[in-house]
Amino acid sequence: MTQITSEADTKTFEPLAARGAPTRQIGPLNWLRKNLFSGWLNSLTSLVLIGVLLWVLPVMINWLFLDAVFRGNGEVCRQSAGACWPFIYEKIPVLMVGVYPQELIWRPAVAGVALLALVYLTFSDRIRGFVLISAWLALPLFALVMIGGAFGMTEVNQSLWGGLMLSILLALVGVIVSIPLGVMLALGRFYGSPLVKALCIGFIELIRGVPLITILFMVSVMMPLFLPPEMIINNLMRIQIGMIFFSAAYMAEVIRGGLQAIPKGQTEASLALGVSPNRTILFVIVPQALRHVLPPLIGRCIALFKDTSLVIIVGLLDFLGMIKGAALDPDWLGFQTEAYFFAAFVYWLICYSLSRYGRALENRGPNGAKR
Amino acid sequence: MTTKIESRVTTNETVIEVAKVNKWFGDFHVLKDVSLSVKKGERIVICGPSGSGKSTLIRCINHLEEHQEGRITVNGTVLDENLKNITNVRREVGMVFQQFNLFPHMTILDNLCFAPVWARNMPRKEAEDTAVMYLERVGIAEQRDKYPGQLSGGQQQRVAIARSLCMNPSVMLFDEPTSALDPEMIKEVLDVMVELASSGMTMICVTHEMSFARLVADRVIFMDGGEIVEENTPDKFFDNPQIDRTQKFLSQILAH
Ligand SMILES: Nc1ncnc2c1ncn2[C@@H]1O[C@H](COP(=O)(O)OP(=O)(O)O)[C@@H](O)[C@H]1O
Ligand SMILES: [Mg+2]
Repeated sequence: MTQITSEADTKTFEPLAARGAPTRQIGPLNWLRKNLFSGWLNSLTSLVLIGVLLWVLPVMINWLFLDAVFRGNGEVCRQSAGACWPFIYEKIPVLMVGVYPQELIWRPAVAGVALLALVYLTFSDRIRGFVLISAWLALPLFALVMIGGAFGMTEVNQSLWGGLMLSILLALVGVIVSIPLGVMLALGRFYGSPLVKALCIGFIELIRGVPLITILFMVSVMMPLFLPPEMIINNLMRIQIGMIFFSAAYMAEVIRGGLQAIPKGQTEASLALGVSPNRTILFVIVPQALRHVLPPLIGRCIALFKDTSLVIIVGLLDFLGMIKGAALDPDWLGFQTEAYFFAAFVYWLICYSLSRYGRALENRGPNGAKR
Repeated sequence: MTTKIESRVTTNETVIEVAKVNKWFGDFHVLKDVSLSVKKGERIVICGPSGSGKSTLIRCINHLEEHQEGRITVNGTVLDENLKNITNVRREVGMVFQQFNLFPHMTILDNLCFAPVWARNMPRKEAEDTAVMYLERVGIAEQRDKYPGQLSGGQQQRVAIARSLCMNPSVMLFDEPTSALDPEMIKEVLDVMVELASSGMTMICVTHEMSFARLVADRVIFMDGGEIVEENTPDKFFDNPQIDRTQKFLSQILAH
């Protein structure tokens, strides 16, 4: 009897079915009011900015497209008020690879394709872990072999390397060597004995206290004066080393921030499993720290790519150097604006792509927004 | 599971010997003359108020903390500065933490394979087979390819237990393994621990789960202020505590 009463008293819990969130309908007028004209200060700012856009955009569009010349030579261009694009077409090869031998251009092209392929493979998660890292470490070597020539391929002297190829090569080697170096400096500063710690701090602070341009002058001009002649390596290599050191010092500080952010429990869990301290750092701490600082790390890569434009000052003809040379071509005098506009556009395109790529990488993996 | 798990102590073999251990954090005396001997197959539960040194004591056993006086022996190896001894002891002693401490950048399977591969040089294939076996044992084999962040707290703690078991330890240390869990998940972790106890594993558990202590413990140890205050079989400990400090503590935790 009691059984039956208690059953009758018990109410069954019926969960409510889930509903979709309400969507808010916003008309264009509402959108304008909300985003551009909320309050008098915002309205004023919006009006001023819209005014500036209305003034600049037509001028830009006229110069870039409507008045521009797309076919012809310097004479035709000089008749027109717009941009001279034939000048840029004609200069594209030299802007890309400098005076690199025409018949061997396929070699840097192969290296470029390898770079793009690796970029794709990394993003698509096709390769991971050890293979991924090895592939990235091997890429600069592969690029150097392809561009410089070895293993029976015709050698191309380093004085002939130039253009965007040289800029990308300097940045690529710089980034890929300076990240492991930065990791080592950061680990030395974080875990090292007092002596190691002092050395790492000394190196980092010394480099960070000097502008890159000064470092480039030191390695390019002053180093040959002090070193015995048999120890002098070529100019390009010295400049590359200067850039690596510069980049590594900044990378180290970024990575140290990541090391600090890893909870102590991670180290303890790994040690408690009987994994050695070194392997714990290598496989548990460093990967997490790098992932943690991916955004500023990508920022450093972008900065380094832009910084390669400084090598023009120590006599290398990188992309910007070639732009400058092109602007001085007697057949195409007077088209500096086009040259520098194009330079700015290419730098922006590459940096913006890097930035987007970095963000896409951040959103992946176990800590990303999308799992 | 409500029936008492019978004692599995069959030999007189001592696995852990803690003798007159003292430890200080700066000037703060955390462990005072602590002595404890654990036999093979024995299950010890340690309880006591927060800050009484429970965590510090078990962390000394695998040398995550260093003791300054006294002697700790694990499977006949004395814990001293010798890094090789320490690493060897750690491979023999599994530890489960309150905060799970899974490696968030590795999948569940990689979490389990990591130590066997890098600390025991086990071939990856063999490590995976072992890992899958233990994942099945703790009931979450289907989660092997997920990341820790995608699992519930209870599942993460079971993974953490499986991760320790993959090293085939002879002792397991638990530091409040259910304290960070929602009430609904406590049972699934305790079930795994009970199952482990009934398989004969030597265990030292810091926990306030009294039902668990009654069920599996051979001995309950009460600590306060860095000392072992009282030590008894669970029934005597809970029903008839000998020391007033223990009585006060028990009345406080049982009041909830
Ligand atoms: N690394 C440390 N440095 C200084 N004091 C510590 C450290 N770890 C723990 N303590 C202190 O030691 C005491 C005992 O800590 P613990 O063993 O964690 O206690 P329990 O686990 O019993 O709560 C506490 O008072 C705590 O504040
Ligand atoms: Mg504790």
